Amino acid sequence: MTFLASLRKELMELARTKRLLILAVVLLFFGMTSPLMAKVTPQLLSSIPGAEAIASIIPEPTILDAIGQYVKNVNQFGVLLALLLTMGMVAAEKDKGTAAMMLSKPLPRGGFLLAKFTAMSLVFLGCLVLAGLGAYYYTVVLFGAPDAAAWISMNLLLWVNMLVFVALTLFFSVLVRSQAAAAGLSVGVILVFSLISISPVVAQYLPDRLVAWSVALFVGGIEPAWPALWVSLGLIAASLAAAWLIFRRQEI
Amino acid sequence: MSIRTQDLRKVYGTVKALDGLTLQVEPGTVFGFLGPNGAGKSTTIRLLTGLAHPTSGKAWVAGEDITRLERVTSRIGYLPEEPAFYTWMTPREFLDHVGRVFGIPVGLRSARTKELLEKVGLGSVAKRRIGGFSRGMRQRLGLAQALMNQPDVLLLDEPVSALDPAGRKEMLELIRALRGQCTVFMSTHILADVERVCDSVGIIDHGRLMVEAPQQELMDRYTLPAFELECDNGAEAAFQSWGQALRSLPWVTAVALDGRTARVTVNDVEAARQSLLAEVVRCGLPLRRYEVVTPSLEDVFLKIVGQEG
Repeated sequence: MTFLASLRKELMELARTKRLLILAVVLLFFGMTSPLMAKVTPQLLSSIPGAEAIASIIPEPTILDAIGQYVKNVNQFGVLLALLLTMGMVAAEKDKGTAAMMLSKPLPRGGFLLAKFTAMSLVFLGCLVLAGLGAYYYTVVLFGAPDAAAWISMNLLLWVNMLVFVALTLFFSVLVRSQAAAAGLSVGVILVFSLISISPVVAQYLPDRLVAWSVALFVGGIEPAWPALWVSLGLIAASLAAAWLIFRRQEI
Repeated sequence: MSIRTQDLRKVYGTVKALDGLTLQVEPGTVFGFLGPNGAGKSTTIRLLTGLAHPTSGKAWVAGEDITRLERVTSRIGYLPEEPAFYTWMTPREFLDHVGRVFGIPVGLRSARTKELLEKVGLGSVAKRRIGGFSRGMRQRLGLAQALMNQPDVLLLDEPVSALDPAGRKEMLELIRALRGQCTVFMSTHILADVERVCDSVGIIDHGRLMVEAPQQELMDRYTLPAFELECDNGAEAAFQSWGQALRSLPWVTAVALDGRTARVTVNDVEAARQSLLAEVVRCGLPLRRYEVVTPSLEDVFLKIVGQEG
């Protein structure tokens, strides 16, 4: 009951404060424009005086270029927005005093956190559905129909990758009182992941491998990145559990 | 007892915010929790609401141990010193949200929301965003949300400190009207507010409870009758010497001199009535004002926290 009340409030807040709109517009924009950019980039290059030679060596764009553009753009901006939209979810409530106001009521702290994560998960899922539909439409029009099942799987893998950063930032938002510090710590995790991904052995376990896997779904003969998926789901669960363990004893 | 604490301590690093607080609050009363800034009033309330954890000691609110947080929080209402809200909500939406958290059924929730908004004078702005509210309006909405679950114990942290005189009067009236309906535990450093609405008083200083008693008992126990005299301009020097000489009289307990004013605390009112003015006349002092001072809670407070001039 209290979880549903909190979830309702979180969804209302995301809608009323325009965060949902920003996420939907950004992801939909990149969803729709990525296939278009893949298609017109060689034509744009050939129209630049002096760049004809470069344009002539660029191969004719394919459906894989459209998918690659979509995955790269939507993932980059999705992760960035995951950090920006989550960084204040707990830190700002503690700082402003709304957390004290609400947690002095029969609202379990675990429910308070879980409602925030669930709301972000639903919002990211909804916006990815929107972006995916937009991108699918333009890909069909410009390149032909991609495999629908692979398209859905691709978006689900991107969703899981984004949720890793939602969960991590939520954890940092519990840990520190400043929104900027919470986002900064998440950026630190991204940098650490980038550094350790130099090792191919380690890279296969990192969430970023999900992004590569999502493109590979359209190319035959590439191994699925199950270890990365399990590690990502584990990171989400561990971040939420750690956030709860700290938050339940934290003084507000 | 509605509230009971036993040797409650809270230490932040080297600072003892609470140093063995033991107090009891009777059900249905309005309890004024008085103390200077930094005395430990807000810390006590934060411990009772579960927002902070005691270093040691025990406490019970509405008969429930404060470590059983869910049981406690469902039976209390809490108004922080600076209540914070989701500013994108309207007051109606906020109270509805609070009602949902308490699991109040929809029909009752809606009726209670309307009733409380009217009660605190926010009925006409029920659909306006809280973001545009003044501090006084937020304070009143804070009281409404604290009453949403019809609490057994209402914890108010400096509930009127942000209000103008009219708002303060209204808020104190609302608090006074709650007597008998629930136990009100009100922290404040404004003595006049306590005098106006509280049945019992606890005075805290440096994290320790200095005294706890019904208000009248406290006055009887700690205040001595006093007289205040004020001389005319130009007679200050003679007035000061007269005041100092007065200290040697057997019925005088203390004389506090401040410019043209003298406050004479006595141990025998009748002797003072007969002799004080006669002394003034004998010395030929031009007097502007003479009055028997009604003992106030301020006198008790200053006496107890050791700041009396």
